[in-house]
Amino acid sequence: MVTEINSITPLLAVLVSMIAAVLILASGKYPNLREGWTFVAAFIKFGLVISMLPLILKGDVITYTVVEMLPDIPIAFKVDAFGILFAITSSFLWIFVTSYSIGYMRSLNEHAQTRYFFCFAIALSSAVGIAFSANLVTLFLFYELLTISTYPLVAHNETPEAISSGRKYLTYLMIAGVSLLFAIVVVYHYTGTTEFSFSGIAGMDAIPQTTLVILFVTFMIGCAKAAFMPLHAWLPAAMVAPTPVSALLHAVAVVKAGVFTALRVILYVFGVDLMQDSGIWLYMAYFVSITIILASIYALMQDNLKKRLAYSTVSQLSYIVLGAVLITPHGLTGGMLHIPYHAFMKITLFMCAGALIVTAQKENISEMKGIARQMPITMIAFTVGALGMIGMPPVGGYVTKWFLLLGAAELHSMILIAVLLVSAVLNAAYFFPVIYVAFFKKPDHELKYKEAPLTMLIPLVVTAIISIVIGIWPDAPGMFLDIVEIAVANVTGGGI
Amino acid sequence: MIGFDLIAPHLPVLTVVVPLIAGFLTPIIGWIDRRLPWYWVVLAMFVVLLIAGNNLVTVINSGTIQYKLGGWDPPFGIEYVIDLLNGFVCLIIAFIAFMVSIYSKESVKKEVPGKTTPFYAVFLLLITGLMGMTITGDIFNFYVFLEISSLTAYALIAMGDRGDGVVASFNYLIMGTVAASFILLGIGYLYAVTGTLNMADMQNILPGVYESKVVLAALAFFMVGFSIKVGLFPLHSWLPDAYTHAPSTASALIAGLMTKVGAYAMIRFMFGVFTPDFVINTTQMTNILAWAAALAIIVGSVLAIAQSDIKRMLAYSSISQIGYILLGVGLANMIGMEGGLLHLLNHALMKCALFLVAGAIFYKTGIRNLYQFKGLGKKMPVTTTVFLIAALSMIGVPGTVGFTSKWYLALGSVDAGQWIFVFVILLSSLLNIVYFWRIFDNIWFGHPHEIENIKRDEAPLTMLVPMVILAVLCVFFGFFAYYPVHYVIEPLSEALLGLGGVLSR
Repeated sequence: MVTEINSITPLLAVLVSMIAAVLILASGKYPNLREGWTFVAAFIKFGLVISMLPLILKGDVITYTVVEMLPDIPIAFKVDAFGILFAITSSFLWIFVTSYSIGYMRSLNEHAQTRYFFCFAIALSSAVGIAFSANLVTLFLFYELLTISTYPLVAHNETPEAISSGRKYLTYLMIAGVSLLFAIVVVYHYTGTTEFSFSGIAGMDAIPQTTLVILFVTFMIGCAKAAFMPLHAWLPAAMVAPTPVSALLHAVAVVKAGVFTALRVILYVFGVDLMQDSGIWLYMAYFVSITIILASIYALMQDNLKKRLAYSTVSQLSYIVLGAVLITPHGLTGGMLHIPYHAFMKITLFMCAGALIVTAQKENISEMKGIARQMPITMIAFTVGALGMIGMPPVGGYVTKWFLLLGAAELHSMILIAVLLVSAVLNAAYFFPVIYVAFFKKPDHELKYKEAPLTMLIPLVVTAIISIVIGIWPDAPGMFLDIVEIAVANVTGGGI
Repeated sequence: MIGFDLIAPHLPVLTVVVPLIAGFLTPIIGWIDRRLPWYWVVLAMFVVLLIAGNNLVTVINSGTIQYKLGGWDPPFGIEYVIDLLNGFVCLIIAFIAFMVSIYSKESVKKEVPGKTTPFYAVFLLLITGLMGMTITGDIFNFYVFLEISSLTAYALIAMGDRGDGVVASFNYLIMGTVAASFILLGIGYLYAVTGTLNMADMQNILPGVYESKVVLAALAFFMVGFSIKVGLFPLHSWLPDAYTHAPSTASALIAGLMTKVGAYAMIRFMFGVFTPDFVINTTQMTNILAWAAALAIIVGSVLAIAQSDIKRMLAYSSISQIGYILLGVGLANMIGMEGGLLHLLNHALMKCALFLVAGAIFYKTGIRNLYQFKGLGKKMPVTTTVFLIAALSMIGVPGTVGFTSKWYLALGSVDAGQWIFVFVILLSSLLNIVYFWRIFDNIWFGHPHEIENIKRDEAPLTMLVPMVILAVLCVFFGFFAYYPVHYVIEPLSEALLGLGGVLSR
C-alpha cells in the first residue's frame, strides 16, 4: 500500500533555484558572487531532492498542495518514483553544468551572462516542477515556464540567426503548449480531474474511441519537447545556443521534460490498461520507431558536431517513449531507465563538443582531424559517451537497450526488434567516424597538447566515469534501476 | 464612530456622489494651486475605492443593497441597486481609477500642459458616469450616466495628440451618439410597453409581453448600441483611433474601464432586464453574441499584428479581448459565464498595466513605435518587466490571470459542445504570442553592441508604483483566482443564468 506523506520539501526543491535566480539578478555586477549563488542553489536543490529518495525507495509518495488556483484546480506536487528519477537526473547534472558554464562563458567572454544564469536557474526550477507535478495543470504551468525561460538562452547570441532560431523554437513549443492545454481541458471535461493516478485517471475509459485517439494525438503534439519526428525541427535549431544550454537543457531538462510528460500522459493519465485496450500503444510504437530510424539517418548527414548530437538526441528520446508504449514491465523499465542513462551519456558528448569549440574553435567534424592529439582527455570522454549511445558494454547504454529488446521480444514483435538493432548500427555509423577522424586522421598541421580549462574538463570526465559506473553496476542499491523498478511496479500494479 | 453611522446607509450612492462633487470642486482647487488637483483626485479615488470595497463586502455578507434616492419608493423613484454583479464591477472601476489617478501626475503634466485642472475635473466626471451606469437600478438614469461618461470621454480624448486627438474624438462622438440613440430608443420602447423604468420591475413585467415585436426591437437596439460602446467587431472602427490618440492616462482609463462598463451593461440588460430564458433560448441572442465575439477575437488579434504603434496595437488587442468577455457570456453556461466575468477583472488589470507601460515609455522616450524599443530593457528595467508580466498574462501563460480566464472559456466551450470556440481561443493565444513577442525581442534582444552604453533611466515613482501593483496582481490572481471565483463569480453566474440564487431582490 502506498502511503502519502505531506511535506513541503518538493515545493522548496522547486523554489530554491527561483530564489537563486533573484539573487543572481541582484548580484549581476559581481560575477563570482553571481555564480556562487548558482552553485549554492544547485547543491541545495540536489540535496533536497535526494533527501526525499529514502521515502520513495520505501514505496511511499510525498504530496504537497501549494494553493487551490481555481475551485477543484489545485497547484500541487506529488513526488513518486518516476518523478524523482527525472528530478535527480536534472538537479544532479546542474551541479556539473554550472561548473562547466562558468568555464565556457568566461573563456568565450560571452555577453549577458547574468541573463544567462538567471534563465538557467528558472529553467531548472521548471524542470523539477514538471517532475513533481501532481496534476496536468501544475505540469502545464511549469511546461510553459520552461519554454519561456529557455527562449532567452536559445536567442542568447542576439544575432539574426539566433533570433530566428529562437522564433522557431518558440513557434514549435508554443503550438505544443496550446495543444497540451486543449488536451488537458478535454480530460478535465470528461473526468472532472487532472490528477495523475498510477492506473490512469478514472473515467478515461468512458471517452469514445475516436475522441480518445484525437485526445492522444493532441497530447503527443503537446509533447513536442520530446522532439517526435515531424515536430523535431526546433531541436537542431536550438543548437545555436551556448553549449552548456545544449548540454543540460537540450539533452536533459527540456527534451526529457517532453518525454517525461509523454510518459506521464501514457501511463498516469491514460493508464496501462487503456493503452492496451484501445490499441493505441501499437500505433505509437510504430510511430516512434520511424523517428528512431529517420533521426539516425539525419544524424549521419550532419557535419556540425552539435547538430549531429541533436539528431542523435531526437532518435534516443523516442527509445524512451517506445519503451513506455511497449507496456510490458521490461519495456517500461528500459524506457524509464533511459531517461537518466541517456542524460549522462549525452551530456558528456555535448560537454566534449563545447570543449572543442572553446579550446580548438572547431564545430565541424571534418575539421577535427587528429584533434585527439591536442585534447586526449576530452576525446576519450567523447568515446565513452559514443560507445554508450551505440550500446556497447561496459558503458551504460547497453543496459537500457537490453531491457528494450527484452520488452520487444516479449511481444514477439520482429519489427520492433529490427528497429532497435538497425538503430544501434546507425548509431555506430554516425559516431565511429567522429572517433576515427579525431584519433586516426593526420592533422593538417602539428597540434600541441591543450585541454579545456579545468572547470570544463572535470565535469565531463566525471559524467563519463558515471556513465561507465551505471553500466558496470546498474543494480547498485538506491541507484536508478531501483527507482525505476518501483515506478514500473506502481503503474503495472505488481513487481517485475 | 457616530459620523460613520450617519454616512453608512448612504454609502451606495456615495460611490457616485463623491466623484461628482469632487469633480465640480476641482476647478476651485486648481485655482488655489495648480499642483493640488492631483492630490485631490487621488484622495477622491481612494475614498471611492474604500466605499466600493465596503459595498462589495456588504453584498457578499448580507445580500443585495437597495438604496432609494431621495426616499422615493421604486418603481416611481430612482433606485440604486448593488448586487454581486455591479458591486464587483464598481470595485474594478474604483481600483483601476485609483491606480490611474496615482500614475497620472507626471504624465498629465507632460502630455496636457496647462490643462491639468480641466483634465482632472473631466477625469472625475468620467468616473461619476461609469459608476452611475454601473450602480443604478433605473433604466433611464442609466442613460443619463451613459451620456455623462460618453461626453467626458470625448473631452479626454480630444485633449490628446494635437489634431489627431480631436479627429479621433469626433469619430467617437459620432459613433457614440449613434450608439446612445439606439439605446435611448430601446429604453423608450420598453417604457412604452411596460410603463416602468425600474429594471427589476421591468424584468417582472416583460415576460408577459415577450410576444410583442416592440420588445424584440428593443433588445436588438440595445445589443447594437452596446456593441458599438464596447467596440465589438465590426462596430469597432472608433476604438483604435480613440485609444491611440488620447493622452496616456486617459487611454489607460478608457481602455481599462469604458468597454468593461459597456460589457457590464450588456450583461445587465440581457440578464437583469430581459430574462435569461428569453435571451438564451427564445431569441438565441447569446448564440449570436458568441459567434460575433469569436470573430472579434480572431480579427482583433490579426489586426493587432499589423500595427507598429504600441497603443494602436493594444487597442486592437482590446477588441479581441472584449471578444473573450462576450464569448463567455454568449456561451450561456456556468463555466463560460464564469470565464467571461472573470475576464472583466483580468482584462482590466492586464490592459491597464499595458497602457500604463506604453505611457511610461512615451513619457521617457517619446517613442510609440514598437520597432524603436531596442535597448529599453536596459534603460527601463522595471517598466519593461511589468510589460513582460502583463503581456504574458495576455498570452495566457499559466500562473497569470490570463490563464484562468482562458481555462474557463475553453472549458465552457467544450461544455457547450462548441469545439470551434476552443480553437478560436487557442488560436488567439498563439496570435497574442506573435504580436507581443516581437516587442520582447525588440526590448531585450536589440543590438547588443549599441545598447552597451545605455544608462538606466526609469520612469518616476508615481508611475512605477501603480504599474508594479497591477503586475503583481496579474500574478497574484493567477494563483489565487479561487477567491474572486468562489465569493463572487460562481454565485453570480448561477444567478445570471437563472440556475438558482437571485441577482437582485
